[in-house]
Amino acid sequence: MEKKRSKLSFKNIGSRYSIYFVLLALFILSWLANENFMTPNNLKNVANQISVGTILAFGQTILIISGMLDLSSASVLALSGVISVSVYTNTESLILAFLVAILISVLCNILNGLMVTKFKAPPFIATLAMMTMARGAALLYTNGQNIYQIGDYVKFGQGSTLGIPNPMIFLVIILLLTGYLLKNTAFGRSIYAIGGNEEAANASGIDVNKTKMKAFIINGIFVGIAGVIFMSRVNGGLPNGAVGYEFKALTAAVIGGTSFTGGIGTATGTLAGAFIVGFLDNIMVMMSVNSYLQQVVRGAIIALAVIYDIWAKTKRTKKVK
Amino acid sequence: MANDIKLKVENINKSFPGVKALDDVSFRVKAGTVHVICGENGAGKSTLMKIINGIYKEDSGNILINGEKVKINNPIEARNFGISMIFQELNYMPEMTIEESLFIGNWPKDKYRKVDWKEIRRRTLDLLKKEGLDYSPTTKLKDLTVSDIQMLEILKAISYNAGIIIMDEPTSAITDKEVAILFKKINELRERGTAIIYISHKMDEIFKIADEITVFRDGAVVDSRPKEEYDMDTVIAQMVGRKLAGNYPNKDLEIGEEILNVKNLSGQAFKDVSFNLRKGEIIGFAGLMGAGRTEVMRALFGLDPHYGGEIVLNGKKSQIESPKDSIKEKMVMLSEDRRRYGIIPIRSVKENVSLSNLRRFIYGGRLRTKEEVETVEEYCEKMNVKTPNIETNIENLSGGNQQKVILAKWMVTEPEILILDEPTRGIDVGAKFEIYKLMVELAEEGKGIIMISSELPELIGMCDRIYVMAKGNIMGKLEKEEFSQEKIMSFATSQTKG
Repeated sequence: MEKKRSKLSFKNIGSRYSIYFVLLALFILSWLANENFMTPNNLKNVANQISVGTILAFGQTILIISGMLDLSSASVLALSGVISVSVYTNTESLILAFLVAILISVLCNILNGLMVTKFKAPPFIATLAMMTMARGAALLYTNGQNIYQIGDYVKFGQGSTLGIPNPMIFLVIILLLTGYLLKNTAFGRSIYAIGGNEEAANASGIDVNKTKMKAFIINGIFVGIAGVIFMSRVNGGLPNGAVGYEFKALTAAVIGGTSFTGGIGTATGTLAGAFIVGFLDNIMVMMSVNSYLQQVVRGAIIALAVIYDIWAKTKRTKKVK
Repeated sequence: MANDIKLKVENINKSFPGVKALDDVSFRVKAGTVHVICGENGAGKSTLMKIINGIYKEDSGNILINGEKVKINNPIEARNFGISMIFQELNYMPEMTIEESLFIGNWPKDKYRKVDWKEIRRRTLDLLKKEGLDYSPTTKLKDLTVSDIQMLEILKAISYNAGIIIMDEPTSAITDKEVAILFKKINELRERGTAIIYISHKMDEIFKIADEITVFRDGAVVDSRPKEEYDMDTVIAQMVGRKLAGNYPNKDLEIGEEILNVKNLSGQAFKDVSFNLRKGEIIGFAGLMGAGRTEVMRALFGLDPHYGGEIVLNGKKSQIESPKDSIKEKMVMLSEDRRRYGIIPIRSVKENVSLSNLRRFIYGGRLRTKEEVETVEEYCEKMNVKTPNIETNIENLSGGNQQKVILAKWMVTEPEILILDEPTRGIDVGAKFEIYKLMVELAEEGKGIIMISSELPELIGMCDRIYVMAKGNIMGKLEKEEFSQEKIMSFATSQTKG
């Protein structure tokens, strides 16, 4: 076998890191377009704003790489969030409230995982069912009422540690964790293999069902944390909160280069995708772009990302023989 | 008419990133002849065919059809030029019926431009009857065997009345009986003046069907002559660029103790199958397609459930319920369907090789990439995988190299028992010999090998003992001194246990 390192030609760098160039270009253009963009306060705001959606997006990334997805994440976020808030108002224990949120969310995701692995339900349908159930359960639990006066609970989403806003700390920890799982563990390799070719992964000795279950459980942990941050940021337990966040999360993952056909995606890509959406929203608001037009632009970005993904993939699989 | 040049390619060049796939290739096919192209995997045959079929674009050079220069931009244009290609690896829609698949893209319409299903039914029945095939037009493709589907592909090309038909190893997955039908059809087409390009590795077949032979090596034409001026040894020598020392490597070792004993194993497509395997042994499974050989091995490996019987490994009864269990017991299986059960597409050679034994590279929960890279490179080197580097996408390799990557994957698990299902299917002579050599090396290291093959000479040349299956039963067992093609075939076609 010849030993050659893959060449870092300009073209290679261009296609592998294109998402980061897009992010950089957007950043520079925004900076030039509006003087208020490049202020510490504004950038901190953007990071805080995208934190919840981005944490959900890391869960989605893991699931999409393994050929699945989670439509229920925003609803499960709401359910675990309101229960967590009510646990706090009853016990005044932040740690207990935090753990309960994760517990509820993981339980919901175990149900998702069981539907997918034991009963072979397509993830789209299984999590669609969970999306409706969890939202209903959140409304049922709160009787449709928001829970206010949540006291110190706001620290999760509005407080800072050593001058760094807490949501950003959570975001960075989950980013590093996702990156580590994908790159440096057997679990990571297994989900890429399952998303690439499930039958071959099984025939290679990967326990497909167990791995899918793990993916849902990890997603559950992330969704639970997102639930706590969300409720804390909005100063209350909102059973109707975070509607549509599952699509925000999917958008960030897809723009970040995660392929919906499975087998491809990275944590940093998703982070870049989330920031692209975040900066774009931010600059459009600052430039007072018509809010309906904003929505059109957001949709167009998704379309472009998907077209690029497919184009890049056909380029990747050109024969070299 | 008979000897007009139908298709001519001149000075075709084609490069892919890092590789020159075709280097100034010229050749021509006369009407009413069968032109066989042979060459090792990666020699450039498939690339040239894909250029002719409009799937790839040449970097430079000309294509002439009936003496006229043409540009072929996609397979539809190719079809309009009368070119039809039957691919080696079939892609089909499992939910589609036979009649739907035969007329896909070419539906007869009634006067309201509505698809005329009655006409489709009529023509399908006609075609099936004419070709002597006993299918129902409404059978879904997923209910057919690989050979059935391939036969349909061939039918489809014939139904287009294509003037140039390219067949890329059409017999790699069909039975001898079907090969006979195919050859009859090819002879008919030849008489009608069709130009046929026939890619194959099977020497006996090549000399049976060819009018002319062109040999490719390393992206260039080595030689092109009428069949009469060739003999088998010359073709092989030209393909590999060297003389092969004997057809099968010699094995010199003591057979050790028993490592596998299968007792009365039953499953969905087989019943009461018993056999054993000792250290250092290579045992063969012969039989016609559908005899149940693959099914037995799938059940043994844990891909399919088994309903009765025992699997005894190293004297211990074992419970194998998944490939994971089997790999843990040091038993691995190379599938005949590489695309479905072998490769993880879009991922790198490295990830494909390390997949089955990731534990080997994990310390304290962390995957050690340095150890992984070293091991993968070592095994790729051992298997002689030709790849620019181990980060290359596995889909960018030729079929034979993909097969070697899968073998490397299994070697990383350090198996004691290897089940090889058609390990040399669709692989060129040189790579075949490499795989034979590897099998012998592994046997000499004390591993036990089970080989399924549809090529009898290969089984006879490689195995210590051959089991012959038919209709889900083992019909006979032959020891080395009893081997003969006739005996194997008589068991394979017998109706009762011998």
